[in-house]
Amino acid sequence: MSELNSALEHPTYNYKVVRQFAVMTVVWGIVGMLVGVLIAAQLAWPALNFDLPWTSFGRLRPLHTNAVIFAFGGSALFATSYYVVQRTCQTRLISDKLAAFTFWGWQLVIVLAAITLPLGLTSSKEYAELEWPIDILIAVVWVAYAIVFFGTVAKRNTSHIYVANWFYGGFILTVAVLHILNSLAIPVSLTKSYSVYAGTVDAMMQWWYGHNAVGFFLTAGFLGMMYYFVPKQAERPVYSYRLSIVHFWALIAVYIWAGPHHLHYTALPDWAQSLGMVMSIILLAPSWGGMINGMMTLSGAWHKLRTDPILRFLVVSLSFYGMSTFEGPMMSIKTVNALSHYTDWTIGHVHSGALGWVAMISIGATYHLIPILFGKEKMYSVELINVHFWMSTIGTVLYIASMWVNGIMQGLMWRAYNQDGTLTYTFVESVAASHPGYLVRVIGGGIFFAGMLVMAYNLYMTARRDASEDQPASAAASAA
Amino acid sequence: MDINDLRGLSTLFLMISFIGLCFWAYSSKRRASFDEAAQLPFADEEQNQRTMREEVRND
Repeated sequence: MSELNSALEHPTYNYKVVRQFAVMTVVWGIVGMLVGVLIAAQLAWPALNFDLPWTSFGRLRPLHTNAVIFAFGGSALFATSYYVVQRTCQTRLISDKLAAFTFWGWQLVIVLAAITLPLGLTSSKEYAELEWPIDILIAVVWVAYAIVFFGTVAKRNTSHIYVANWFYGGFILTVAVLHILNSLAIPVSLTKSYSVYAGTVDAMMQWWYGHNAVGFFLTAGFLGMMYYFVPKQAERPVYSYRLSIVHFWALIAVYIWAGPHHLHYTALPDWAQSLGMVMSIILLAPSWGGMINGMMTLSGAWHKLRTDPILRFLVVSLSFYGMSTFEGPMMSIKTVNALSHYTDWTIGHVHSGALGWVAMISIGATYHLIPILFGKEKMYSVELINVHFWMSTIGTVLYIASMWVNGIMQGLMWRAYNQDGTLTYTFVESVAASHPGYLVRVIGGGIFFAGMLVMAYNLYMTARRDASEDQPASAAASAA
Repeated sequence: MDINDLRGLSTLFLMISFIGLCFWAYSSKRRASFDEAAQLPFADEEQNQRTMREEVRND
């Protein structure tokens, strides 16, 4: 049988683009988290702003959020979605060229963000700060992503579309709609534009986008990851496939309504605030349904947690997911929000989701992928994965515990009145009282960041081509 | 009939859709095909091994 026939009858997958995105996941994770540690340190020691505009907190904070969400999280989503869609549809990506375009296009977006944000070029919309030329580039890359993903699903060799692909598909489609509608703007120059929305409508659009960036980018996409990598790593099928179908439709139907809880006690009409609150509380049901489905996949295989740190990453990420999806609905209740809003509690909640859920499931999935993508049996050091696991867990716990303490303290100080109706504390007193919490956060974030360096070392040692390990059969090919 | 009737009906429609979805997903007729679908992550080892052999080391 000739080589050509073999390639036609026995197709292979495109692992190249998956590998590129997987490596960049680690690289951007390190960059984004380093900026995060720096701005956390700026809050503890303001001198670290260096009195320069480019290094001030206000400019570096969006750089941090964009880097960790879209560069680190985005690369992890590209890598895993391209991998999962090929493997569960048992077919190669519909176009290698278009897939390569999404890789280089996405990297270009990230580099442009890293240049423009410190220069102060911003649309000032949270998590959508990038100016209009970059927004257009994002839209083009995203449409290419959708074509590659859905095109691959369309030419699948299986009768069923596996549930992970439903979640990835929902994420890709919704993020396209969110990005395009929220970013609609009138350009006045190459680097400046004004949103087409104004006032309260602008705020509502922004948080419709903002909360669904959480719901679809940071949740649905990563649930797709969960539905493939948890069963795969545990070596048993998902606990209930039928629950996963109800989970998908319930989650996407409810999430889209939750945005107004970001605008409690603002100019947004009261009924819209209450609607956002009610929908946020209902959201607990599908969120926990999915979490339980992932957790229960391990029933009968819990002993694997003793020996497999990758599975530990995946399962602990689900615990953090369960915890933050309980905390979120609770914080969306208006009376709780009256205490928590504008305090560090919100930051703690976000990081319980971002570090505990998004980062840890991405790290677990990446550890699962790297040996496969580099043609190795397993990671260079399983013990170092375990070290990384504990660094991530301890770092996350320190981070969120310090922000809980800070947030509740700030909320209570701001609302304290004296008998004559004057405020008990000045604002700056609450800032000074927050200092110990800020120190603990720098330490927690620093530990989490250092864990990523351990991962990078492990990745490098795994990827390093060891001549003695090469199979004789492929020796000629690797020499070429 | 005014806009508020439509709003009420849309809530009813969503509730019926959700209950219908649950019945659809949990019907015993579909059990076999869903059990098969749940095995998809484990069904393509051969193609993965081939990719690792032929592609990964060449790239």
